[in-house]
Amino acid sequence: MKTFTFADRCSKEILRDPLTLIFGLGFPVILLLLLSAIQANIPVKLFEIERLTPGITVFGLSFMTLFSATLIAKDRESSFLQRLYTTPLRPIDFILGYILPIIPIATTQTVVCYLIGFLLGLTVTMNILYAILMIIPVSVFYISLGLLCGSIMNTKQVGGICGALLTNLSAFLSGVWFDLELVGNTFRKIANVLPFVHAVELERAVINGSFSEILPHLCVVLIYAIITTIGAILLFLRQMRK
Amino acid sequence: MYAIKTVELTKKYKDLTAVDKLNLQVKKGELFSLLGVNGAGKTTVIKMLSGLIKSTSGDAFIEGNSILQNAKAIKNIIGLSPQETAIAPNLSVKENLELFCGVYGFSKEKSKAKIKELSEQFKLHDIMSKKTAKLSGGWQRRLSIAIALIGEPSVLFLDEPTLGLDVIARSELWDIINSLKGRVTVILTTHYMEEAQALSDRIGIMKDGKLLITGSPDELMKMTSADTIEKAFISIVKEDRI
Repeated sequence: MKTFTFADRCSKEILRDPLTLIFGLGFPVILLLLLSAIQANIPVKLFEIERLTPGITVFGLSFMTLFSATLIAKDRESSFLQRLYTTPLRPIDFILGYILPIIPIATTQTVVCYLIGFLLGLTVTMNILYAILMIIPVSVFYISLGLLCGSIMNTKQVGGICGALLTNLSAFLSGVWFDLELVGNTFRKIANVLPFVHAVELERAVINGSFSEILPHLCVVLIYAIITTIGAILLFLRQMRK
Repeated sequence: MYAIKTVELTKKYKDLTAVDKLNLQVKKGELFSLLGVNGAGKTTVIKMLSGLIKSTSGDAFIEGNSILQNAKAIKNIIGLSPQETAIAPNLSVKENLELFCGVYGFSKEKSKAKIKELSEQFKLHDIMSKKTAKLSGGWQRRLSIAIALIGEPSVLFLDEPTLGLDVIARSELWDIINSLKGRVTVILTTHYMEEAQALSDRIGIMKDGKLLITGSPDELMKMTSADTIEKAFISIVKEDRI
């Protein structure tokens, strides 16, 4: 019960920040519309709606890292967390309270992206439901990454690292904007070690109904989600004990 | 039994001794002020007593509970209003109060009654639906103390509760703090000498992590032949410096 009380507060803090709407929903939608307009004039395989929609959907999740990291960093800086540490809330209440409310926000963002995809010509199939389901482990990875960053960085650092660096890295290394093969073998290898491209390929495989391709990508995403979540919990507990 | 008793309580940060073998007793229902220049160790004492940081050596007992052995029990009997207002900025006054009622596991009925009681005590009626980020400093401080009282603490820590407030807002907060006397044991840190004089049953003066002296305002003034606590404070701190 205490977990949900705290989660409800975190959800309100995020949703009442206008940046959430601008970056969480507005930006991915604008990108989808813009790139589809370019695709209509200069067709590129990468920007076909079946490839573009899953890509932008996953890219949009990088803002969840920004949201969770900013909230935690602000709570630390304002001593709000200190005050809560003196209450009967347990560590698990804090961790779940920060992670749980962002999952519905991430899912809503995904649903909106696919709805825009439908309007732009994406075929309506049952696979979309599976794609929305598969977004959950990807979301957990991005949200936990935010929890991790927010536990060690201040608001300004979070803005720079999560807002600028991570969103760009996540975009470049995911194969959404350009084919990774074009940059070279080393870049492709680095990208393949990281979860971003696997998250995008996972969504693309589900949308295309290529179910045999799902498992390898899902495994990488799950491993990263688990490692990041454990790392985030450990760092959060460390700063809590400080 | 004392409400608070510290035994050789010490906090060291590498070469710096922030609090040095503090031995202090505070009676139940007493309002005890800790005075000292910046870096004297006042906030460190409050942080150790409220379980936010661990002591390097020594122990302290809150209502008989050791801060080393019974930290969990202590969380249910203390309230803290930190130096920063530490409230949720995008939540309304009512939502902030509801959040902390939930954190303490209150039922809906108890939450409602507690919020009604606090809104009357702190005259919050007219601002209940206002976002706390839009409140003046005085109202934020008032809410911060109201929140600290939600858990019905027997020991309340007020860390610089009137910092940065204008004369009227400070006077209003003094009335509120005065009304708590006898019911709750209050440990207050402040830089305002007239505040300590007006509110305290007893005062402790700290310097370089050491408790130099304790006594009632009258005792301290008599001891130093001063007519104000400010003069007494300067005399005690300077004398120690010689």
